[in-house]
Amino acid sequence: MYKNTITLLLLSFTVWQSLAQDQPKVDSLQTVKVEGNNKSIKKSLTITTNTSVMTSKELLKAACCNLAESFETNPSIDVNFSDALTGTKQIRMLGLTSPYLMITEENIPSVRGASQAYGLSFTPGTWVESIQITKGAGSVVNGFESISGQINTELIKPINDIPFFLNLYGSTDSRFEANVHTSRKLSDKWSSSLFLHTNTRLSKNDMNDDGFLDNPLGKQINVLNRYQYYNPESGWVSFINLRYMNDEKQTGAVAFNPKRDKFTTNHWGSEIHTERFDVSTKIGYVFKDMPYQSIGFQNAFTSHRQDSYFGFNVYDIRQDSYYSNLIFNSIINNTKHKFAAGLNFTYDNYREIVGVTDASRIDNSVGAFLEYTYDNNDNFSLVLGGRVDNHNRLGVFATPRLHMRYNPWEKAVLRFSAGRGKRAANIFAENQNLIASSRTISVLNSGGKIYGLDPEIAWNYGLSFGQKFKLLGKNAEAQVDFYRTDFENQIIVDVMESPQRATFYNGKSYANSLQVEFNFEFLKHLDLRMAYKYYDIATEYLSGTFQRPLQAKHRFFANLAYATHIDDKGHQWKFDYTFNWLGKQQLPTTASNPAADRLPEFSPSFAVMNAQVTRTFSATFEVYIGGENIGNYRQEKAILGSENPFGNTFDTSIVYAPVFGQMYYAGLRFKIK
Amino acid sequence: MRTIIIMLLLTFGISAQAQTKKNKNAKYAIEVNGNCDQCKKRIEKAAYAVAGVKSATWSIETHQLDLIVNEEKTTIAEVKKALAKAGHDTDEAKATDEDYNNLHHCCQYPRK
Repeated sequence: MYKNTITLLLLSFTVWQSLAQDQPKVDSLQTVKVEGNNKSIKKSLTITTNTSVMTSKELLKAACCNLAESFETNPSIDVNFSDALTGTKQIRMLGLTSPYLMITEENIPSVRGASQAYGLSFTPGTWVESIQITKGAGSVVNGFESISGQINTELIKPINDIPFFLNLYGSTDSRFEANVHTSRKLSDKWSSSLFLHTNTRLSKNDMNDDGFLDNPLGKQINVLNRYQYYNPESGWVSFINLRYMNDEKQTGAVAFNPKRDKFTTNHWGSEIHTERFDVSTKIGYVFKDMPYQSIGFQNAFTSHRQDSYFGFNVYDIRQDSYYSNLIFNSIINNTKHKFAAGLNFTYDNYREIVGVTDASRIDNSVGAFLEYTYDNNDNFSLVLGGRVDNHNRLGVFATPRLHMRYNPWEKAVLRFSAGRGKRAANIFAENQNLIASSRTISVLNSGGKIYGLDPEIAWNYGLSFGQKFKLLGKNAEAQVDFYRTDFENQIIVDVMESPQRATFYNGKSYANSLQVEFNFEFLKHLDLRMAYKYYDIATEYLSGTFQRPLQAKHRFFANLAYATHIDDKGHQWKFDYTFNWLGKQQLPTTASNPAADRLPEFSPSFAVMNAQVTRTFSATFEVYIGGENIGNYRQEKAILGSENPFGNTFDTSIVYAPVFGQMYYAGLRFKIK
Repeated sequence: MRTIIIMLLLTFGISAQAQTKKNKNAKYAIEVNGNCDQCKKRIEKAAYAVAGVKSATWSIETHQLDLIVNEEKTTIAEVKKALAKAGHDTDEAKATDEDYNNLHHCCQYPRK
């Protein structure tokens, strides 16, 4: 039993974070392991939070080269279209962009601060074992920043890893990727894995003939070496991760040659160079004879450096961070009452240059948390958490969060959550795309401590109901989620006043999101997933209240997946089709521009379709081909003012639809088990 | 919240002294008769209702109930009695026919 518990702990080494003592969740993860063949997105009726788990099987359903692209088949997360400049995709949950999500890698905050804009594209998809997506307030264990949800990524564990894995990928937008993983057991307690990733785009694409690249040229090298220690006899477990990443991008005019044209008016161009180094460690101990009691200590050091220019605008940011988390899990009387208590420490040293302004600063915070979990082992559970932090810019403040779950009848689950989040917005790092425009960026100082602005504070409330049932004798599932986020204070990015300006100031907003989801297993191996999403996100701008720009009010999503039986020789076909329809989107105002550089007030509605076919030849070899945006829908004017990039109407930030047309790709995966 | 902390302090306070005497974390694996998910809930609920039972997990497949018991507060015999009262037989304590007959029909396991 002790051994099992440690395995559980390992599985959930991570889970420790997100609602650390939510035992049913751990159980459900284990169940995930067992039924892994059937379902690629898991939802449990017994965990307290509104969490779905994407298994690696789900991640194989899309081209999915990095984490940012791995949510294309998931209705809970909206993947926006990569902007014309950097080619990176942004994600949204409950209508809020990624800065409002807690994004962690094995429960260590990963995409934050300087890496906010591109961070998700720095984790290759093949490294990922599973992703847990939690809607709503989230846990207090990892920090106070999350507002609309939490995304935790579990990477492949050395102890379960296969000796060798190779993945090659190439696409018609001339992107090439290679992933090589190797793993070995160093002793009966130590295992190690080495993951290598590289991607490159060498040739220039300009499908819309505007003289600008549709996708950036680039190359990335990404290396992760991890070590895992596992000793079931003593109860000790540990991880050590070392990681290095170097990414270079070049974008702008097709004719732009950085050596010749940088900081000249010959051609408009941009280069973004990012270098990152991470070291993280975890140590966990499960008390002998008390499998419900454990202690964990994690530490992470990150050095992130981005040097970039967009035309004449320079943007450099360097962030050296240290994060530490100590957590103790135990019970009160019996395992129906659990708690997690602990301490966090965060230190961030930012050196940031925006044009000629030096925005360098040091942020630090120390906090204590306590999270209590009650589970009646039947139909009700509750997670109540609170933390108190002392932050040099946010002051001393409390963060309360609550999650509840009730099963009113068989196969049904009702969930409620509420919580508060508070954060110091990195306004430039989060809105880098605006730097690639001729907009004058200004901050309306309100005397606050973060770029002269006050911290963002929001409350998030959610209600969710799910029911599993039989339809025509087949498994079906319906779920309705409603969430509301109320910003007492948000940093508003005002692009509704003038196309020549972008202004940051403190203000109020709210975001309502409604999602109705229906999943149905038509036939054995034929699964349909459908979702309708409604967003009402209104912001009080100086010039009036508007819906958040570049956000569709109505969205429809469908995914159809079919797989044949695996025959005796291991042959299998897998088909996957995804359909996304987006209603009209409010666009930033361009009314005062000359007619040629004017966009309508709203974008048209449109649909985008992706498809993929995978052929498995054996347990060790498979190939896949697929297409993205096979309907070939394209935004007509992707770059405003592209004829005169040094004029005052130039803007690359207004992207509401795919810029690149249809794209096809092929790849292979080879394993030695 | 405050009571939790106090309870926590109490728990630790007690544990510091008790080492030499009775085992505060005694582990037991006992066979309990039962059939289904409903039985699982009832068995675990009955075990948890005994003060001193810290952890109780029953497996439908193996019929094994894994227990961690604070022996300062209770004994394994007490737990077995409580299970019998709930209608589930163990090696030492058998349910009365009345309690057995009160079980939901799906839970009326074959008695030994």
